[in-house]
Amino acid sequence: MEALFAVTLGILTASGVYLLLRARTFPVVMGLILLSYAVNLFLFAMGRLQTGMPAVIGRSAEYADPLPQALVLTAIVIGFAMTAFVLVLSLRGLGELNTDHVDGKEPKA
Amino acid sequence: MNHALIMPVLLPMIAGSLLLFAARLSLAQQRLLSVLSTLGLLLVSVWLVRLADGGQLHSYALGNWQAPFGIVLLLDRLSALMLLVTAVLALFAVLYAVRGDDTRGSSFHALFQFQLMGINGAFLTGDLFNLFVFFEILLIASYALLLHGGGGERVRAGIHYVVLNLLGSSLFLIAVGMMYGIAGTLNMADLAVKVAAASPDDAALMGAAGLLLLVVFGLKAAFLPMYFWLPRAYAAASAPVAALFAIMTKIGLYSIMRVYILIYGEQAGSIANLAADWLWPLALLTIVCGVLGALAAVTLQGLLAYLVVVSVGTLLAGIALGTPEALSAALFYLVHSTWITGALFLIVDLISRQRGEKAGRLIQGPALLQPLRLSVLFFIGAIAIAGLPPFSGFLGKLLLLRAVEPGVQALLLWPVLLLGGLLTLVALSRAGSTVLWRTGRDVLGSAEGDSGRTAAAAGLLLMVVLLLPFAAPLLSYMDATAAQLFDLGPYMQLVSAGEPS
Repeated sequence: MEALFAVTLGILTASGVYLLLRARTFPVVMGLILLSYAVNLFLFAMGRLQTGMPAVIGRSAEYADPLPQALVLTAIVIGFAMTAFVLVLSLRGLGELNTDHVDGKEPKA
Repeated sequence: MNHALIMPVLLPMIAGSLLLFAARLSLAQQRLLSVLSTLGLLLVSVWLVRLADGGQLHSYALGNWQAPFGIVLLLDRLSALMLLVTAVLALFAVLYAVRGDDTRGSSFHALFQFQLMGINGAFLTGDLFNLFVFFEILLIASYALLLHGGGGERVRAGIHYVVLNLLGSSLFLIAVGMMYGIAGTLNMADLAVKVAAASPDDAALMGAAGLLLLVVFGLKAAFLPMYFWLPRAYAAASAPVAALFAIMTKIGLYSIMRVYILIYGEQAGSIANLAADWLWPLALLTIVCGVLGALAAVTLQGLLAYLVVVSVGTLLAGIALGTPEALSAALFYLVHSTWITGALFLIVDLISRQRGEKAGRLIQGPALLQPLRLSVLFFIGAIAIAGLPPFSGFLGKLLLLRAVEPGVQALLLWPVLLLGGLLTLVALSRAGSTVLWRTGRDVLGSAEGDSGRTAAAAGLLLMVVLLLPFAAPLLSYMDATAAQLFDLGPYMQLVSAGEPS
């Protein structure tokens, strides 16, 4: 399970970084989203990967660490808001600057 | 537990929420509420400084969950000082904004208050994850403030600023996740204990997480490889926002002080003083790049933005030296540089308003409506920021230069800082003479001279000037702050005692 998880994270991060290095706002936003997925999964895994363990003390002999789950929830909420903001901003940029290039102007050919 | 510790977060939060929901309030009422809240913040900060100056550490357990399980706020001399610096800067910025800049877009005052909430929270938190949360609060408010008033140039600068900071947030979370995965805690004091006791394998991973955090803080503080977003963003922001942003880079520097002195400081075993090797060369190079940028700037605002970079480099050099004397000098310079950059952003805006289309561009323009008044303000500001006597910038730099031990470090720092100061002066004189002396004959019909705005800018400048007569008590406070920061024992006892005081 660890290997699969690690490979998933790696692919997500690599795709995210690749898209982030594009020069258009839409791929950049997609890259940020993929990267935040990878980060959220990574945070979640920091409570160690286990199955069948509730995050509540007393339900079973062993329990999962609830804190990373709380951290992930916070990170998801913040990430969602930020993504919404950056989407609106890039649309605004398209409207104001008439280009979706991240520098706000078309590169000279 | 002392409930005053949470006030700097609660006060702007409540004021901001009121401003957001009470849209029916008239503009005058909104302005009054915003100014009152900022004024209240100033009073609370003064009180907290007096509290912190007792020498004790004060912690506040939110929801009464004890550290390290709950989240704590931590007040020491450093955080109290930063709160006070922020409150003074914010008060003059908001006084400037109420003269009309707040009507260029919607919800200026609500955003301003939320920005203050995030900044104060970042200075007060004793927990790394909460540092992240407060960073996000101040960032999202700053995104909106930067774009406030709209326009192509702001959107262009905003896209870079937002995307870079979102990437920074991702890196922050990765670092925080690694730290939690290894140490099982995110309380800074507890992390310091855990890092000191870490096995060599764990220490290597903790070191990696620490350096990842350095990238994040570097992006916020804007030193060398990560400062390229700053000049465009600061130059594009409206004047009161740019003035408030003078504290933003200092948040990154504050976090560097906190994390690399407390968590990765002397006691951290194999990864002790993790960041020092990186910070020193980066600091000097940042000064060099900032000065070159200032010389090449084509607008007054751009020139000031590069001077922000120079001040970041200077402060970073003080932190990188890692001695109490250097840190104390850096803290004094921090207060000076924050206020003077804020004041100059306001003064330069006053000048730009009387130049019509040419605004802040460094080309020959029309005669100013109030040449004498603005020249005097600009002259005092320029001398202060370049670090010439008789103002506090000179004292800060002098103390920093004297804090270096004779040797290679002194051989590098002295010329860089002194030549940097000289070239800064060249850049400022060129800008000042172009804008204030080489003018046309006629005053522009659209020129506006607003005494309220002038008073706000002059007030902040006066605070900088006052730093010198009050230098003796200030410096003894800074010395005590530096000594407190390097004395890690009390911080670590905060957690082991488990009892919030």
